Amino acid sequence: MNIHEYQGKEVLRNFGVKVPTGYVAYTVDEAVEAAEKLGTSVTVVKAQIHAGGRGKAGGVKVAKSLEEVRTYADEILGKTLVTHQTGPEGKEVKRLLIEEGCDIKNEYYVGVVLDRATSRVVFMASEEGGTEIEEVAEATPEKIFKEVIDPVVGLTPFQARRLAFNINIPNELIGKAVQFMTALYQAFVEKDCSIAEINPLVTTGDGEVLALDAKLNFDDNALYRQKDIVELRDLEEEDEKEIEASKYDLSYISLDGNIGCMVNGAGLAMSTMDIIKHYGGDPANFLDVGGGATAEKVTEAFKIILSDSNVKGIFVNIFGGIMKCDVIAEGVVEATKQVGLEIPLVVRLEGTNVEKGKKILEESGLNITSASSMADGAEKIVSMVN
Amino acid sequence: MSVYINKDTKVIVQGITGATATFHTKQMLEYGTKIVGGVTPKKAGTEVEGVPVFNTVKDAVDATGATASVIYVPAPFAADAIIEATDAELDLVICITEHIPVLDMVKVKRYMEGKKTRLIGPNCPGVITADESKIGIMPGYIHKKGHIGVVSRSGTLTYEAVHQLTQAGYGQTTAVGIGGDPVNGTNFIDVLKEFNEDPETEAVIMIGEIGGTAEEEAAEWVKANMKKPVVGFIGGATAPPGKRMGHAGAIISGGKGTAEEKTRIMEACGITVAETPAVMGETMIKALKENGLDEKCKTH
Repeated sequence: MNIHEYQGKEVLRNFGVKVPTGYVAYTVDEAVEAAEKLGTSVTVVKAQIHAGGRGKAGGVKVAKSLEEVRTYADEILGKTLVTHQTGPEGKEVKRLLIEEGCDIKNEYYVGVVLDRATSRVVFMASEEGGTEIEEVAEATPEKIFKEVIDPVVGLTPFQARRLAFNINIPNELIGKAVQFMTALYQAFVEKDCSIAEINPLVTTGDGEVLALDAKLNFDDNALYRQKDIVELRDLEEEDEKEIEASKYDLSYISLDGNIGCMVNGAGLAMSTMDIIKHYGGDPANFLDVGGGATAEKVTEAFKIILSDSNVKGIFVNIFGGIMKCDVIAEGVVEATKQVGLEIPLVVRLEGTNVEKGKKILEESGLNITSASSMADGAEKIVSMVN
Repeated sequence: MSVYINKDTKVIVQGITGATATFHTKQMLEYGTKIVGGVTPKKAGTEVEGVPVFNTVKDAVDATGATASVIYVPAPFAADAIIEATDAELDLVICITEHIPVLDMVKVKRYMEGKKTRLIGPNCPGVITADESKIGIMPGYIHKKGHIGVVSRSGTLTYEAVHQLTQAGYGQTTAVGIGGDPVNGTNFIDVLKEFNEDPETEAVIMIGEIGGTAEEEAAEWVKANMKKPVVGFIGGATAPPGKRMGHAGAIISGGKGTAEEKTRIMEACGITVAETPAVMGETMIKALKENGLDEKCKTH
């Protein structure tokens, strides 16, 4: 799960990570009020969307007066920002962060991520702040320093010091940098983050170490124990169908094609998309109904697929293991009863309780094309849609 | 021969009184798996499908002599269940549970360091040695005894591969689902090593998916060590970057972990990669023929 920068900074502040003072604003007037409250000579107006690259897209402006705050807030609010992370359609700005400006001496990068190779949390730091870290990793990997963290002791002071020295934080600020990193690691583990990235971390003219930006992502699997984080969710930043799917614990992702897919298992769901493409079709979604789905969930999944007006045909590809074929069949029949079905439906069933499942579909009287294998099913649905 | 489990492996089921566990306990018993006990706190003295239930893993192991466990407990309690099984010094723990918080798994992995227990999963279908023992949730009937080893990050793609092989008349030794999470107990290389040493296994099919670099590392290992032909497949060639494809581990980020890159490296290391998931079986058969193993591996 993603949250906004201003929310991320609030979370970090609670753990003792230094961040600039700032307020969220939903309107131009609120933006000006926030700037008045800050009372700083320089104020930064920052678009709040769930995507990076906002600066380049014109979503971050430095204002030197309240008038400028008004002008910039007016300009950015409601604007659609297109960045390398938003896709070509962009994202409309509905919230601003009005933040005190600061006297930047130097910019750095720090990030905390999970390293799959070591099964440990890794703390990364670089002197190359402010740029895309992927670009740094590509061009000058020697400029990224890493510390692998033992979960028993956490990020130790010596590791944080070593990182700070490696990225050339000046001696007089090493203590503050260590404090910053330790607090950031604390926030990462206590809030079940999957990514905590500060880019840039800055040192200032008045001798502070500050997070100028903050990107926090959270482990969806841990949200059950992070109620305060769940409250920060901004549904307007998410796809409507994906929100609906998440209510039923379905793993759904919208895509641009016209063939709706309902599959069990993430691997098979991805491969179903692949094989549809292979036969010249275009999947409308990724949908993994999961292992423990009930007929009711399957019904909802089917309705979500049908609610996408781009969908011109549906391919149900099930290889039951923990998921039983009869449950899928019941869900499909129930959904078509509730919302009707006017487009082609190809079903391939295999695995646990396959005979029961096939029987339910046969007896339903629905116009279903059955497929003997996933290739057969993909070929059939592609030819029916194209 | 086989890897990890055989007809004599004694198994306990952690979380046995839950609906899913009960259903699969029955399925496993029907397959012939030696399920000797179950564990659900406060349910000691009861029975599920004729299997005695204990309060703790230690009690179950002491009473039954089990060496393996399979975990079906809900995600918030699964990490503790793995640790409990490790503490009871089981040889093998197979964790079916999905959605375990990843930082829980980081701690579990740390706890298991230097201990004798091998963890498979979490978020996996389990392990099956055809016609001998099934520990997990895979449909038993698609498997057939033979000479192909199967290792996969995805449950349902494993079924797909096994089904294709069986239908074409090629049985399997053992199929191992290592799970789709970013932090798991057993990786491709661990399983490939076992298959390499197993006299019954003649060839291996390795099924990966986008995200991470486990397939690339395994491919390098295959190139340097593997004595048997390996065929592969990578799911997610058409997945958009930055989107988590169901499995927490299946995400392309920063240009890393694409199917294209994985396929390229696997092929460079001598692994034949199936073009679509529908031809995993065919690709294996072709590889067997090229290596003169077809006669030996064809089981009917």
